[in-house]
Amino acid sequence: MTETSSEFLTSHKPQQQLAGVTVRLVGDSGDGMQLLGSQLTSVSALAGNDVATFPDFPAEIRAPRGTRAGVSGYQVHFASEEIFTPGDGLDVLVAMNPAALVTNISDLKPAGIVILNSDSFEAKDLKLAKLEKDPRQTDLLKNFRVIEVQMTTLTRKAVEGTGLSVKEADQCKNFFAMGLVFWLYGRDVNPTLRFIDSKFKNKPDVQAANRAALMSGWNFGETTEHFASTFQVPAAKLKPGTYRNIMGNQALAWGLMTAAQLSGKTLFLGSYPITPASDILHELSKYKNFGVKTFQAEDEIAAICSIIGASFGGSMGVTTSSGPGIALKGEGMGLAVMLELPLIVVDVQRGGPSTGLPTKTEQSDLLMVMFGRNGESPLPIIAARSPADCFDAAIEAWRISTQFMTPVVLLSDGYIANGAEPWLIPDVSIMDPINVAHPTAQNGSPFLPYQRDENLARPWAIPGTPGLMHRIGGLEKEDGTGNVSYDPVNHQHMVNTRAKKVANVANVIALAEVKGSDSGLLVLSWGGTYGACHTACERAIASGKSVGHVHLRWLNPFPKNLKDIIAQFDRVLIPEWNSGQLRMLINSQFDVKATGLNKVQGKPFSVTEIFDEIERMG
Amino acid sequence: MATDLPVLKATDFASDQDIRWCPGCGDYSILAQMKKILPTLGVPREQTVFISGIGCSSRFPYYMNTYGIHSIHGRAPAFATGLKCTRPDLSVWVITGDGDSLSIGGNHFLHLMRRNVDLNIILFNNSIYGLTKGQYSPTSPMGKITKSTPMGSLDFPLNPISVALAAEATFVARSVDSNIQHLGEMLTRAAAHKGTSFVEVYQNCNVFNDGVWDYAKEKAVRGQNTIELEHGKPLVFDDGKQGVRLIGFQPEIVSLDKTATDDLLFHDEKAESPALAYLLSRMRYPAFPEPIGVFRCVERESYETQMADQIDLAQKKKGIGDLNSLFNSGDTWTVV
Ligand code: SF4
Repeated sequence: MTETSSEFLTSHKPQQQLAGVTVRLVGDSGDGMQLLGSQLTSVSALAGNDVATFPDFPAEIRAPRGTRAGVSGYQVHFASEEIFTPGDGLDVLVAMNPAALVTNISDLKPAGIVILNSDSFEAKDLKLAKLEKDPRQTDLLKNFRVIEVQMTTLTRKAVEGTGLSVKEADQCKNFFAMGLVFWLYGRDVNPTLRFIDSKFKNKPDVQAANRAALMSGWNFGETTEHFASTFQVPAAKLKPGTYRNIMGNQALAWGLMTAAQLSGKTLFLGSYPITPASDILHELSKYKNFGVKTFQAEDEIAAICSIIGASFGGSMGVTTSSGPGIALKGEGMGLAVMLELPLIVVDVQRGGPSTGLPTKTEQSDLLMVMFGRNGESPLPIIAARSPADCFDAAIEAWRISTQFMTPVVLLSDGYIANGAEPWLIPDVSIMDPINVAHPTAQNGSPFLPYQRDENLARPWAIPGTPGLMHRIGGLEKEDGTGNVSYDPVNHQHMVNTRAKKVANVANVIALAEVKGSDSGLLVLSWGGTYGACHTACERAIASGKSVGHVHLRWLNPFPKNLKDIIAQFDRVLIPEWNSGQLRMLINSQFDVKATGLNKVQGKPFSVTEIFDEIERMG
Repeated sequence: MATDLPVLKATDFASDQDIRWCPGCGDYSILAQMKKILPTLGVPREQTVFISGIGCSSRFPYYMNTYGIHSIHGRAPAFATGLKCTRPDLSVWVITGDGDSLSIGGNHFLHLMRRNVDLNIILFNNSIYGLTKGQYSPTSPMGKITKSTPMGSLDFPLNPISVALAAEATFVARSVDSNIQHLGEMLTRAAAHKGTSFVEVYQNCNVFNDGVWDYAKEKAVRGQNTIELEHGKPLVFDDGKQGVRLIGFQPEIVSLDKTATDDLLFHDEKAESPALAYLLSRMRYPAFPEPIGVFRCVERESYETQMADQIDLAQKKKGIGDLNSLFNSGDTWTVV
């Protein structure tokens, strides 16, 4: 094992202070860009910066090398102040090949830095990128500071003597690039050296080579004349406490595990692999020692049905999927509405329709989860707004589901699922418990499985309890007894009751909060657009505009005060990554004609896009 | 540990719901046998759960004074799997039909078998769609004339026993609704088997497919048309007058006047390979007497036990998980 030095290497070159930097790392999907990005994220967070990320990768596992289709990217925004988005324009673009360069250069700010692997601009590389001319010889780069580095050659040299083949040596060049970026921003190499040591602990030669490549990249910055100075982004003033970096899917999984403990329930996850939700299944599968039960079902339908079975037995069932899978789960979700059992359906939304854009983000499943079942089958819907918020949203979904005996849909999306940000680690021992009660054995009077409490929730009676034997099913049932009933008046009553029960959730969820002014233009947002909307509104308010921002956590039911808030404003703007789904709900439920800002490109909003629309609306 | 279990009777397992099957339906007999054997298993009612899909047979749970779910079409195995994985203490029964399990629920049926979840699945095979009023089912023969196949069905039928064996089932049996003693025995054996126990029951739908199983039901002919499988015993039928022997891979009917019992095919339900059981499943009327009884009964660890074992092992190795230490593991930093 190589010895780990914990000394923080510092450059001897002059330093320039910056408030924040946005870096995008782009290369082939095989070039290790995601790894590079996540390492830069971690070390920046460890340096005390606030961080927001945006990984962007192709749907193909191994798209042809060097082509535009195979370009994989990872954007990291780190700053000395609180930030909410991965950044609009890029300060630095690191491009490992011509395809990566030409597909990303338009996002680089004027005078931005572009760092190229100059070894990958041979005729064959240009051909793969469908380029007639070497872009370095065109006007494409004329407004930028271009730094060409022979990364392949230098990496090969750096790893000489480790016994790696040329092909293996070339795979280390992402660590070379990482070393250079770390040097440029004064990042500590030690956490990444530790990461290399543990990741390659069974391959000492690869371990040594990657360490050498990283250090060689760092030294390249320090010793060559390319850079006159390094940049420093001081620590942000975040709320005191202990932080870690967390990704959305991981936070969601941890939130579920926490809710399981707070409620004293077994978490049963029934899931079928699907992008971009699979990582929740992977994450939860790791924690068998927490008593988590994970079940990879044979299909999406079996996944939802298995969790209904688990919830019937007194565990908490959770299923995780994305749009196409949720479409398949519709019938099962309808049954869960009818059975009035608690469970959580997680929809990590992606671009649709159909298979759509599996690795890109969208918020176009809102109306599907709201209405996409046969009959009148309402259920509560909550949406997470950022990677770390997935933790809290999962716990809240669990709390409402068990309190109201109803399936709850938890919406996430590809952007927050794969994005990362610092997370203030909570102390589980002081979190509020989730109180769940099961009726106990009874004799004499017949048990009424559909007798309701003040919330209209029915009792969660579980098998094994003497005297409470009951049968439930998808057929309409008589209120109280739960016996099959085709009575017309009873059906109307049950439809109304199920709707009222879901509406009652509004009695316990937080009221909507307006940030900014309480008249003028209202920006109403939900889900993953939070960061961009929040930042754009702050900017607009700072420039003296009369703008208020409300971010909705619950999409069904809406918070009780939303009606009054909407009435206060003259105009309402609803930015969404869809064609206007929340807008349709708002316009139909309230006396308002909201304007939409709709983007369906598989990409999140930039702050500027929203700010410009606020300006335009005056 | 001695516990005083109240002695239950068949009627204790009856719910207060009126039974809505057509008079004369074979389902009544299966329900009666179920109520009869349950008190003999020593499992309290509250520990017993019936889960069904959709179809005539799937009304079954409503008639049992146990816990139950009348779920959605074809998916009962998935509900049952989730329940059993989280509540291994329960005795779980799946009630299904030929359409429910082999058409719309075919996928779940296969995966239940291969996982070997410890539950019992009883397939009421009436070879027709009853609840939707008489369309052909996946077990209807080719050429079957029904409302949806006025010129005859074009679908080659599935053989439930063959399908179950191909799906790696560890317990596979067949019985007949009116052969009540045999049916009771099969249900009892299914309950005793640890792992997925599959029982196909020939069930008469006297409204839409009356008489389809008469060859296996009628007292006068069933001796010649069916053969009762017994472990370790030769395949003998027709009151001991005929038997089945094997020529290469082909079964052959022989008269016991001319062939010694020792030369007959001997049944081995515990054979590791499902080949013999599969061969028996291919013996169909009228070319052969159809086997009833246990085709296969082998041991393989059940799914939910293995799931629990993995959790035990993980807890032994890593200790019982602690959220605060998980959250604070790895790279963290403190802001003061
Ligand atoms: S339709 Fe057939 S299977 Fe259904 S209840 Fe009537 S007789 Fe029985």
